[in-house]
Amino acid sequence: MLRSLFRPLTDRRAERMLGATAVSVVLVIVAMIVFIAIEAWPSFQHNGLSWFGSGKDVDAELGAMVNAGADPSGDAYQLRAWPLLYATALTTVLAVGLGVFIAVLASIFIVELAPPRVRSIVVPVVRLLAAVPSVVYGLIGILVLVPFVNDHLINEGQRESVSYVITLNGPGLLVSVVLLTLMITPIMISIVVDALTAVPRGWREGALALGVTRWRAVMSVSVRAIRPAIVAAAVLASARALGEAIMLSMVSGSKGFSPQPWDGLIFLFEPLRPLAATIAEQSEGIAAPALKSSIYAMALVLLVSSLFLSIGGSLIKRRLRLGTAR
Amino acid sequence: MSVPVGPGGRRSRRDRLLGELRLWRPLDLIGVGAAWLVGILLVLVAASLLIYMGYRGLQYVNLDLLFSRPQPGSDQSQTGGILDPIVGTLMIIVIATAIALPLAVGAALWIVEYGKPRWLARVVESGIEVIAGAPSIAIAIFGLAIFQLPMFSWASFSAADGGGVFGRSFIAAGTVMSLIAVPSIFATTREALQSVPRHVREASYGLGKTRWATIRRVLLPTVRPDIATGTALGMGRIAGDTAIIVLLLGATLQLQAGTDIPGIGTLQGTGSTLTSYVYNNSPTGEGNAPEKAYAAAFVLMLLIIALNVLVAFIGRRRAGNDLPR
Repeated sequence: MLRSLFRPLTDRRAERMLGATAVSVVLVIVAMIVFIAIEAWPSFQHNGLSWFGSGKDVDAELGAMVNAGADPSGDAYQLRAWPLLYATALTTVLAVGLGVFIAVLASIFIVELAPPRVRSIVVPVVRLLAAVPSVVYGLIGILVLVPFVNDHLINEGQRESVSYVITLNGPGLLVSVVLLTLMITPIMISIVVDALTAVPRGWREGALALGVTRWRAVMSVSVRAIRPAIVAAAVLASARALGEAIMLSMVSGSKGFSPQPWDGLIFLFEPLRPLAATIAEQSEGIAAPALKSSIYAMALVLLVSSLFLSIGGSLIKRRLRLGTAR
Repeated sequence: MSVPVGPGGRRSRRDRLLGELRLWRPLDLIGVGAAWLVGILLVLVAASLLIYMGYRGLQYVNLDLLFSRPQPGSDQSQTGGILDPIVGTLMIIVIATAIALPLAVGAALWIVEYGKPRWLARVVESGIEVIAGAPSIAIAIFGLAIFQLPMFSWASFSAADGGGVFGRSFIAAGTVMSLIAVPSIFATTREALQSVPRHVREASYGLGKTRWATIRRVLLPTVRPDIATGTALGMGRIAGDTAIIVLLLGATLQLQAGTDIPGIGTLQGTGSTLTSYVYNNSPTGEGNAPEKAYAAAFVLMLLIIALNVLVAFIGRRRAGNDLPR
C-alpha cells in the first residue's frame, strides 16, 4: 500500500487526483452556500420578506437578540435589515460610480498618454494601492481622515440640525466612500488597462488617419470598443465593495442609520453601517442563536449577490474576448 | 504612441505637441487634463500613504516593541510589543499557503491538461471566480459554521463543561484563509500553462514520457516562476486579510495553546495577527492604542511591500502589465 504511493503515478490516477482537487474547490463553494443558508433559515423563516423591509431600529433589534439568550422565542428573531442593505448599496454604488470614471481616465493615461518613464511609476503605484490591506486604509481613515472631516468640514450648525437623531462626529458616508473608491479602483484599472492594450492598433490608427485628434481617437474608438470591459470591471469591483467589512466597520460610524440624500450636504457626513461591517462587529455575540441566524442571513445575502456579480462580470468579460478578435 | 523625436530633439517634439494642441477642442483638452490629473493624483495618494505610514512607523517602531510579547493592560507603556502578532501572521501565511498551493496548482493542471468533461471544467473555472469575488467576511463566517461542528473538535478546543466546540484556532483560520489565496495562484498557473506551446508537450510524448511524467518533469519546471508569482500575490492577500482572522483566530493578544500537546497545541489555540492587532488597537477596537496600531500597520506594510517587490522580481521576465487582478 505504502509502496504504491511512491511509484510514479499512472496517467489515469494522475488525472483522477488532479480532477479531485479541482472538484473539491467547487464542493467548498456548494458547502459554503448550503451551510450559510441552513444557519440563516430561522431568521428568514421568522421574518419572511419583511426581513428586507424598514421601519424598526436595527441596532435595537440586534441588541435584543443578544439579550434574548440561548433559547429565544420567535419574536426575538425580528429584524428589519433595510438600513444595512441600503448602506451597502449606497456605499457600493457611489464608490463604483466614482471609481469607473477614475479607472477609465487612469487607464487611458497609462496606456495612451503617459510617457514610458511616468508609466513605469504609475503601474507599480496602482499595484501598491491594490495591495494595501483594508485594515491599513481603515486605520488611516479613522486616525487621519475622520478627525479632518470632524474638525474642518462639519460645522456646528450642521451638528445642531440633526442632533436629535444622530451625532455627526466624522465617521460616515464621505470617508467610507473615499476609502472604498481608493480600494476598488486598482482592480478596475487593471481590467480596463488589459482591454485597452488589446484594442487592435489598426482601429485607432484608422481613426487617426481620418484626421481626428489622438484624444478623440481614443475616446471614440478604443473606449467604445472596450465598453463591455468597463462594465465587467464595474461589476467585479462592486462584488469587492459589497464585501468590504473591516475598513467600513472602522470608518462608517457603525450606526444602523439610513443617510437621507435630501438632507443636503449633511448627507455626506451621516453615519451608516453596511451588511459586511455589521457581520464583523456582531460576530462577538454569535453564541446567541437569534443573532447567529441573523448574521448568517446577512452573509447569505452578501454571498448570493457577490456570486451573481462575479459570474455576471466574468460572462461579460468572456464576451469581450470574442468581440475583439484580432 | 509616442511622437517621434525629430532632429531638434525635445524642442521640436514640444513644438509639434503644441501645434497639435492648438487644433484640439476645449472639451478634448479638459479630457486630457483630467486623465493626467487622475494619474498624478494616484501617485500622490500612494506617495502620501507611504510617507505617512513610514513616518508614523519609524516614530513608534523599535526593537523592543518588535521582540516583546503583547500584554493586556490599560496603560500603554505596559501593553508590550507585537511579537505574537508577527509570529501569528507568519504561521497563518505558512498554513494557508501550504493548503492553497497544491489545491490551486492541481486545479489549474487539471483544467489545462485534462479539462474533460468540458462542463465540469467550466464549473470549476466559474467556481474559482466565485471564490475570488466572495466577500472574505462570508467565507469567514462559513468557516466558523464548519469548525464549530463536533466533527472538527480536534481543530480547536471545546468548552470544559462539555459545551460547544469553540471553532476558532490557527488550524481553522489557516484552512479557511487558504481559499483567499487559491484564485491568484490558480490564475497565474493556468495562464502560464496555457502559454506553454503545444510542441513542448508533444516533444515530451514523443520521447515516450507519459502525461503525468510530462507534467512533473516538463510543465511544472517551466511554470515554476509563475506559480511563485501567484503564491507571493496570494501570501499578500493572506497577510492583509482581517475579516477571517477576526472571526476565526479568536483575537487573543498572545498565542494561547488550545491543548497541552506541544506544537500542535499552539495550532489548536488562538492568537492574533498583525491585521487583527491593528484592528483591535485602532480607536474602534477595544485596545485604542494608536501608536501600537501604527507600528503594527507599518510592519504589515513592509511585509506586503516585500511580497510585491518579490512579485516584480520574479515577474520581470513575464509579459503583461503586472497589474493586480
